[in-house]
Amino acid sequence: MRKRIRPIIFYLLLALSAILIFFPILFAFFVSFMNGAEVLSRAVFPSTFEFDNYERVFGTVPLMHYLKNSFIVSSIVMLGQLVVCSLSAFVFAFIPFKGRTVVFLIFISTLMIPWEAAMIPNFLTIQSLGWMNSYLSMTVPFFALAFGTFLLRQHFKTIPHELYEASQIEGLSRFQFFYKVVIPYAKTSLVTLGIYGFLTTWNMYLWPLLVTTNDMKRTVQIGLKQLQTVEVSTEWGVVMAGVVIVILPTLILLFVGQKQLQKGLTQGALK
Amino acid sequence: MNLVEVKAQGQQEATLEAERVREIIAEKQVISHQNVWRKTTNIRLAILYLLPSIILFSVFLFYPMFKTVYLSFFLTDARGAAAVFVGLENYLYLLQSARFQKSMVSTSLFVLYTVPTSVIIGLFLALIANEKLRGIGFFRTIFSSTMGMSVAASAVIWLFLFHPTVGIINNFLGLFGIPAVGWLLDPTWALISIAITTIWMNLGFSFLIILGGLQNIDTHLYESANIDGAGYFYQLRRITVPMLSPTLFFIITITFINSFQSFGQVDILTRGGPAESTNLIVYSIYQDAFINYQFGTASAQAVILFLIVFVLTFLQFKFGERKVHYQ
Repeated sequence: MRKRIRPIIFYLLLALSAILIFFPILFAFFVSFMNGAEVLSRAVFPSTFEFDNYERVFGTVPLMHYLKNSFIVSSIVMLGQLVVCSLSAFVFAFIPFKGRTVVFLIFISTLMIPWEAAMIPNFLTIQSLGWMNSYLSMTVPFFALAFGTFLLRQHFKTIPHELYEASQIEGLSRFQFFYKVVIPYAKTSLVTLGIYGFLTTWNMYLWPLLVTTNDMKRTVQIGLKQLQTVEVSTEWGVVMAGVVIVILPTLILLFVGQKQLQKGLTQGALK
Repeated sequence: MNLVEVKAQGQQEATLEAERVREIIAEKQVISHQNVWRKTTNIRLAILYLLPSIILFSVFLFYPMFKTVYLSFFLTDARGAAAVFVGLENYLYLLQSARFQKSMVSTSLFVLYTVPTSVIIGLFLALIANEKLRGIGFFRTIFSSTMGMSVAASAVIWLFLFHPTVGIINNFLGLFGIPAVGWLLDPTWALISIAITTIWMNLGFSFLIILGGLQNIDTHLYESANIDGAGYFYQLRRITVPMLSPTLFFIITITFINSFQSFGQVDILTRGGPAESTNLIVYSIYQDAFINYQFGTASAQAVILFLIVFVLTFLQFKFGERKVHYQ
């Protein structure tokens, strides 16, 4: 008897939680198909699934530009992080030298500085470099990442040392060992870090708000803020169409890479 | 052989010997020189590989952190250049400012609302999603979904849900006879509204991390507990939570830091209002620096933010470690 009731209880809890958690996202999707009258009547389901709001949102703000900018910026940060973090992770896993512990501690100390506490001088730096309204200001400062370095180092360290010795006997240089052996071996961790980097950059809000003043260089998140201030009075359907367009890429990425991300994040976090 | 001859031969031998020694020394020197070169291969290579990270950390993290501290001792002009040295004046001004005091109270309350709730709900979700049931992958995907949600998108959705005329939450509460709540209009509720939004956004990440922690627990522990006939909640208290403590410790720290850094939800939902009840510290820094161009007081607040995060992280490491069960 107890054996049969147990799964039922769990399914009930799971279903209830899933509805509560997913409701805001699902509801945003529904509202994106509603007209003004339906929104005002506080309907839950739209009467029709027509794409009027989606067509209109592209006319309200330059959403196409924003999407393009966000794609470019997120991809550059993702690649930059993969290169910079894997290089430093390789040192911490394979190149011992005097003072490595100190350098490692410096990397750890970066975790204790909240980015917001450093943003005022960073803003001034970006201004004096002439990087305002440029992709550079939204990408370069984020290439180095202690979390990413630790995550990759963790995986690099699982490479058997015999492999390293064999590569030296074969006469491979260390850089060859790095890109011929280590990088292919740690593909899964690199994918995890890639997803993580893309997600966080796509979702960045405060920094792009500060360093972009020009519509041609703004990202989707700032677009949402604009959309909400421009359209807030009546057209919630249009605003939600914008929201759906903006969250779709990251949700898809998350659903595809969820298992991978979970494995990677827990490994990087806990060891 | 006469004496002279012997002497001459001895001298010759001595010079030969001296030459030989000199040669050996020279040889050794060359080798040791090569050794220094070879010995430093590692460090030269390491520096080369670490250089991008070190440069970026220096330029965009360490230098600005020092500059923030420096600026906090100055009055600045509108372009952010230090103009007049005022010592601790900015800090004294802040401590006396009612606005800043209110901001600190709001921030503390906000952290108190969000951290325990996010972790407890995350733990609950991870526990029910860790069962071996058909279709569990679907639920895991749903539970982790808020991790893919940006702060702007989340805030816009919740702005709509909380909305006084078109918001659906008051409607829903009305079904149970609960009177409408002035979510974003009432100072007390506004902070709670922002906290609810933040907790919802946090759930995906804390769920994923805690689920990962649960899956790392050795299943043998449960098997033997089952044989002993221990119930679900007994196992939860005696096995799951102790074994999970490193994960919980980690997620508490991260959520803590994230809460202090909240900005986007404030900017979109309330803009710090009503009556500055949601003027959380990062929003306050943003306003002082980039709206009012008071870089000095903004920097002083940034230093305080840094110290809070630093000290709390440190304390949590120290204090949390004792409670943490390591395998």
